[in-house]
Amino acid sequence: MAGGAVPTEGEIARLLREAPLFELGRAADAVRRSLHPDGAVTYIVDRNINYTNICVCGCSFCAFYRDRSAPDAYMLSEESLSKKIEETLSLGGTQVLLQGGLHPDWGIGEAERLVRAVKRHPIRLHGFSPPEVWHFANRSGLTIREVIARLIAAGLDSIPGGGAEILDDEVRARISPRKIGWEQWAAVMREAHRQGLRTSATMMFGSVEAPESIARHLLRVRALQDDTGGFSSFIPWTFQPGNTALSGDPGFGKSAAAGFGHAVGYLRVLAVSRLLLPNVRTVQVSWVTMGAKVAQLGLFFGANDFGSTMIEENVVASAGVAFRMSEEEIVATIRDAGFRPSKREGPPCST
Amino acid sequence: MEAALRTIRDKVFAGDRLSEEDALALFRTRDILSVGEMADFANRRKNGDQVYFIVNRHINPTNICVNRCQFCAFSKAKGEPLAYTMTMEEVLRRAEEASFQKATELHIVGGLHPDLPFDFYLLLLRTLRERFPAMHIQAFTAVEIDYFSRIAGLALDEVILRLKEAGLGSLPGGGAEIFAPEIRNRICPEKISGDRWLEVMEAVHAAGLRSNATMLYGHVETLESRVDHMRRLRELQDRTGGFQSFIPLAFHPKNTQIAKGYTTGLEDLLSLAVGRLYLDNFAHIKSFWIMVGPKLAQVSLHFGVDDIDGTVVEEHITHAAGAQAGQEMTVSELVTTIRQAGRAPVERDTLYNVVREWPEGRA
Repeated sequence: MAGGAVPTEGEIARLLREAPLFELGRAADAVRRSLHPDGAVTYIVDRNINYTNICVCGCSFCAFYRDRSAPDAYMLSEESLSKKIEETLSLGGTQVLLQGGLHPDWGIGEAERLVRAVKRHPIRLHGFSPPEVWHFANRSGLTIREVIARLIAAGLDSIPGGGAEILDDEVRARISPRKIGWEQWAAVMREAHRQGLRTSATMMFGSVEAPESIARHLLRVRALQDDTGGFSSFIPWTFQPGNTALSGDPGFGKSAAAGFGHAVGYLRVLAVSRLLLPNVRTVQVSWVTMGAKVAQLGLFFGANDFGSTMIEENVVASAGVAFRMSEEEIVATIRDAGFRPSKREGPPCST
Repeated sequence: MEAALRTIRDKVFAGDRLSEEDALALFRTRDILSVGEMADFANRRKNGDQVYFIVNRHINPTNICVNRCQFCAFSKAKGEPLAYTMTMEEVLRRAEEASFQKATELHIVGGLHPDLPFDFYLLLLRTLRERFPAMHIQAFTAVEIDYFSRIAGLALDEVILRLKEAGLGSLPGGGAEIFAPEIRNRICPEKISGDRWLEVMEAVHAAGLRSNATMLYGHVETLESRVDHMRRLRELQDRTGGFQSFIPLAFHPKNTQIAKGYTTGLEDLLSLAVGRLYLDNFAHIKSFWIMVGPKLAQVSLHFGVDDIDGTVVEEHITHAAGAQAGQEMTVSELVTTIRQAGRAPVERDTLYNVVREWPEGRA
């Protein structure tokens, strides 16, 4: 790994599969320490707001989306949006993470209105993952450049890295065939970075992908970051199978048994991510999918950010996962691991 | 690596016994990767890649208890709204379900009931043994054994002998909590002393029964009191060799009298790893997934643990105190969890005889 040459997909896959767990941990910890020698571990107080669960994408790994005719389909009113933001502010929150389904009627106009509604409040807005940006462009007959420029003009502060799943179209064809491909995802991020927005990058693993696909994902994020430098953080998390179509797919059980979508696999992927992305400053643990205990251990496997208190979280919760952490718990957990908790108010982006 | 840890590592690799100071240094460090590596080495020297689990069923016949331990959310006084005592039929129905599910063990512990006579427990054992001779009965903590001797007016040895004749196969390790009197008097003043707990276990081992040993951590105890607790277990084990496994139990605060948060992952892993490293005369270190959650239990297989307990099916004591894990893990979930950690799942019986190995691809 050391010495500069970018490892190949095969080499990364072998690391994922075979490297002794503690050696991976040590190597990742060394990278973390060189980037964050002060032992700071950051976190943010924010809230996930999902403006709608109506989505035409219908990914098989998702338990959150609904058809518009479903009895529990919803669209958030501006009134309840404001209420949620006021609650967030009163709890010391500094940011809203705004994401939603790809609503068939939504274009740039609706998106701008939503951004303005949020920005009437003194709060950061981290919103609209690349599939949403792409959807608004499509619906309104605009370029990605125009959509991002208008969202920035309306007040958008940064873009979350969601919708990346695995940046490999073979995997995407199986789990999210109607979602944008990896190159479109990268194009949105490239344009956002060009216009001065910071973004995060995520990776959802543990569904049907092979380790080579995880490797491909990491290499693609790394190369893009070499070009733009616009990624403030990288956040890997595991697929949550509850209530999803994918979990009933006979092919899934086999892939999952051999995959990395479990606690030990998570630590391996986290460490390899830290090793492979020395050009991204922050790697974030996912306590929402892993729980506080494994997330804490993640701080020894390369992570330097504990994410967000997530005053509200709906997407992972709809897959039946219900870990909760208050700000006090996050601070105590970071401190117990021997690190220095540091509350941040903006990027590295929270999701 | 810290200097103290380097010395400890040398001892671990040489197979030398760790001192109490070593154990304290391990508890205090935050170099969890080094501790994990040492504990993993010590574990694999004993158990190789094998990780054990058991198909078992917990039965808690009553939650009525004359003691009021501060850390307990399970016990109730007689007549309280949620107090219960199972009838013999209710116990048997659970045992029957267990037998259908091919359980090899019944794990039975309960409160210290004010009225049930010693004969009730003997009858319970005899009935279970007659109806389900294939299942091993692991029952009654040292605290219950002491209580039986008091309510029956019998010597300890006599109580153990009668229980054994009635079908008792082995003892769980509960009720140990923390031995040090200054801690014990704060968290469970009515419970038997640490000395008495050890005395009961010594008598149990002398009668030819095996048992487990536990330690409740994450409440008001000090690191020194944890080490003292483990020292006394190691000393007794040197004399009797009767302990099968060490099981650190994470304190759960909900509905208890102790205001404290849940234990952290680091605290859980350190307790397990120090158990493996310091208790060099214990063959097995068990991470009870109900206590730490299935995810951390899986990770712990790299931190010195070679046993993740079993299917359990129904658990009330830890859940009363806010455990977030489910009630049951299926055999297939246990096998997959172990295998995904890169280890070889082995279904064991209570006494660590192999019931079945699970070669690749047959979960």
